[in-house]
Amino acid sequence: MELLQQLHRGDSRSIGRAISLVEDQDPAAARILAGLDQTRIEQSLVVGITGPPGVGKSTLTAGLIRHLRDQNQRVGIVAIDPSSPVSGGAILGDRIRMMAHALDREVVVRSMATRGRLGGLCASAGAAVRIMAASGCQTVIIETVGVGQTEMDIIRLADMTVMVLAPGFGDDVQAMKAGILEVADLLVINKADQPGADKLALDLGAVFTDTADRDLRLLRTVASEDRGLDMVLDRIMLMAKQFRQDNTLQKRRQHSFALETMDWAMEMLRPKISGLIAPGGKTDPRLAAQEIVKKLGQESSQ
Amino acid sequence: MAQQYRVLIGKPGLDGHDRGAKFIARALRDAGFEVVYTGIRRTAEEIAASAVQEDVAAVGLSSMSGGHVRLFPAVIEALRNAGAGDIPVLGGGIIPDEDIEPLKQAGIEAIFTPGTPIETIIEAFRSACRKHHSHRS
Repeated sequence: MELLQQLHRGDSRSIGRAISLVEDQDPAAARILAGLDQTRIEQSLVVGITGPPGVGKSTLTAGLIRHLRDQNQRVGIVAIDPSSPVSGGAILGDRIRMMAHALDREVVVRSMATRGRLGGLCASAGAAVRIMAASGCQTVIIETVGVGQTEMDIIRLADMTVMVLAPGFGDDVQAMKAGILEVADLLVINKADQPGADKLALDLGAVFTDTADRDLRLLRTVASEDRGLDMVLDRIMLMAKQFRQDNTLQKRRQHSFALETMDWAMEMLRPKISGLIAPGGKTDPRLAAQEIVKKLGQESSQ
Repeated sequence: MAQQYRVLIGKPGLDGHDRGAKFIARALRDAGFEVVYTGIRRTAEEIAASAVQEDVAAVGLSSMSGGHVRLFPAVIEALRNAGAGDIPVLGGGIIPDEDIEPLKQAGIEAIFTPGTPIETIIEAFRSACRKHHSHRS
């Protein structure tokens, strides 16, 4: 398959097309995904970057790309924005901050919309990450707005997660505290030159019980001036090394494999299930669902 | 599931008036398109490279400064050089009537001016995308 060969040589067009075929659930997708270089995928590092809108995620991502390029790494970025629930359309604008790298063939950027599917995006984004890794990207960054469950699921695809915050988002931080602790490996206070940064650092610092742990995992940056980004990247690489040694990385990948498999299975079953739902049913939805699952089970055992 | 079309809206050249580009981007989003917006002051090569990586089915260009005569065909040329000459390019902005025919000759699929109804623009993008998708794989 020529597309597959070109993709592994790092050809932009083939990478872009392969991701589209997966995203559009084209029949060719399975063959592409089955043919990806597994060694490259295993050796790649997948970093999730998330946080509320407006904290500077894209600027921080662009800065990290620059530092990774200085280390001569090939970098992939999957930038995810929400689809409009009304029209199904989306404006994908994360690329604007990354245009400095537009002509660099070793920086692969793909913007994706959530397309309103429950979890379904998780499957497409995971495939995009692996296609980029197979094309030779040593580091792949998934950037997404961290507000809802879908985003949480996407971040679970990553080997590690960086949560970006900024002063002036106080109430959001309160609301996110539980979530932050569960998913973030690194907390980055961006726009750290602005008033309120110290208070935010204090608030977030209280989340850690161990001060040594806090000093390792809580960082400050001014991404627009390239301040503190080298430190963020150092910590990411240090953590990656540690995660490989203590098997965290393998465990997380196994978990995301299960998660993605579930998503694909649901995505494949969806049309069938939707065909079995009787319009205007009078019983409880819970009962109707039970009937459908029973029917699906009978079909598969025949 | 209905086919989801991805398009890129870009502004080549030094002109920083992006109101038109953003208006079109929002209108396309509201019509169900996924719109990759690359912002102002881009070179033809940057727009072409982005269109290739994003695998869009059409590129829309906006110009308000008179640079369209040179810049729109430059994007077509850059797309060809990137091996993506098949991606249709549509253009709009402050474009005098006498420039429209030469731009179409140069390969621009459609040209929109301030009077063009938004429905016409959306339909032109939809038909360009449909055509591109039909011989995609």
